[in-house]
Amino acid sequence: MSETIVEHQESEAGTTRRMTLNMGPQHPSTHGVLRVVLELDGEFIQKARPEIGYLHTGIEKQCEALNWQQIITLTDRVDYLANLSNNLCYSLAVEKLLGLEIPPKAQWMRVLLAELTRIGSHLVWLGTHALDMGAMTMFFLTFREREELMKLFEMISGQRLMTSYIRIGGLALDPPRGWEKLVRAFLADFPSKIDEYETLLNNNPIWLRRTKGIGVISVESMLDVGITGPVIRAAGIPLDARKMTPYSSYEKFDFAVPTSTDNDVYARYAVRVAEMRESLKIVQQAMDGMPEGPTRADAHRLVLPEREKMKTQMEALIYHFKIVTEGIAVPEGEVFQVVESPRGELGYYVVSDGTAKPLRVHMRTPSFGNLQGLPRLIENRQIADAIAVMGSLDFVLGDCDR
Amino acid sequence: MLSEALLENETIAGLVAAHPTAVLGGVTQFDEITLTIEPGEIVATLAYLKYHQKFDRLSTVTAVDRYPLDPRFEIVYHLQSVGRNVRLRLRASVATEIASATIVYSGANWYEREVFDLFGVVFTGHPNLERIMMPDDWKGHPLRRDFPTHGFKYSYGEQQ
Repeated sequence: MSETIVEHQESEAGTTRRMTLNMGPQHPSTHGVLRVVLELDGEFIQKARPEIGYLHTGIEKQCEALNWQQIITLTDRVDYLANLSNNLCYSLAVEKLLGLEIPPKAQWMRVLLAELTRIGSHLVWLGTHALDMGAMTMFFLTFREREELMKLFEMISGQRLMTSYIRIGGLALDPPRGWEKLVRAFLADFPSKIDEYETLLNNNPIWLRRTKGIGVISVESMLDVGITGPVIRAAGIPLDARKMTPYSSYEKFDFAVPTSTDNDVYARYAVRVAEMRESLKIVQQAMDGMPEGPTRADAHRLVLPEREKMKTQMEALIYHFKIVTEGIAVPEGEVFQVVESPRGELGYYVVSDGTAKPLRVHMRTPSFGNLQGLPRLIENRQIADAIAVMGSLDFVLGDCDR
Repeated sequence: MLSEALLENETIAGLVAAHPTAVLGGVTQFDEITLTIEPGEIVATLAYLKYHQKFDRLSTVTAVDRYPLDPRFEIVYHLQSVGRNVRLRLRASVATEIASATIVYSGANWYEREVFDLFGVVFTGHPNLERIMMPDDWKGHPLRRDFPTHGFKYSYGEQQ
């Protein structure tokens, strides 16, 4: 799992031992396959060098070989804890190129699902982050609630993780009957669960001592290195694409962007917990104000017809056949679509040359930017703090390596 | 050259005034401004935008392979000003190499390594230009358009 190299260095104070410690790529606190090469002086980290690429799956290359619609399934696999945010970002980018108008119900559903995804992702983060610090109970509690969310996703799409539910032009299907009832039950139940997490952690002396005042760097340094999301919001900058460049009707929802000025690991925890509460507010508003109507854009040449129509109408069958066999031609152009994923700024840079396959799909993923800031956050600190800081960055290696 | 609508934009007017030869052209599509920059002046342009126009974030650096055109690579920079809430895209066409933006934005480090790794574009002046995604002994640059998607064999750790 890890190997160590010990070097003896002569200095004026006597012989000091510098140790190179290889952390990962299979270390449990790296949440995936991240390798960090640490140069240690006793307990203190002198130098940290993250090595990524162990989960590089060539998704960007594969995108160039697939049809525009087929790529949806790949976007799920970029950030496997926030698959619907990735679906949404890619769909919005292609819809911008196509000039598609999305019906209000689909937009509302997308907002609702993106926020449920955010809650689900934050639950995984909270459970594993607390587990890293020795608070094992949190893991069981958060995964208990996440299971309810997984059931909701399974019910609408048939899949727990790789939902591919948000498609170009709207949604894959209408949500089934009875789904709303389950969402409302979750909404009624979940606030008390957040309180439960807070009772376990907010006054826990071990938790407080391991998180307060840890992992602080200047805001300018964060901006410069590319850190986004809850981490930079915990440093006092309200950088949130939902407010700054609203997409998919976010401007019609009333919510706050939680920030903190403490800039430490605890502040990042507090911001994410506050975000879960804000997400619940958005989900509640989306449920209450859900418009009636179709969930797919009215563009028969670009969007697959409903199953019922396809089986009964000749034209629908022809268009279905043409879309599936030839794909859709997207007009020439380029677009950089940004959404706020649970981890930070998620951007899809999509370039089309007018054919049925994209010329280039680049994903600006939040984990890549956040991980780049890791050395600055942990250098000259103790090795135990590195675990706390890495947890607070909340990276997903699939998202980082693509 | 630049249209009048673009020149009314204060940022672009300022950039053209400060570096008259840097901007080769510009377009607006879907409310996104793209400026084509002379590759030799990319660092000066980025420095001007960061220090005089408050573009404090470099969101991403990537490349587009326009094979078989020559020069084939477009290096694309996405900038954001958090305070002003504006985004800007810069583009520079190069054949093999371009100056590194790490002097201006240190966050460009990994993005440029990724472009070097996957496209083979060399960033001169980069502090640590190594492969980041692919194995160190990998041959070729997978995101080039003339690199095959299938059929490429690589032995992971086996004896050669």
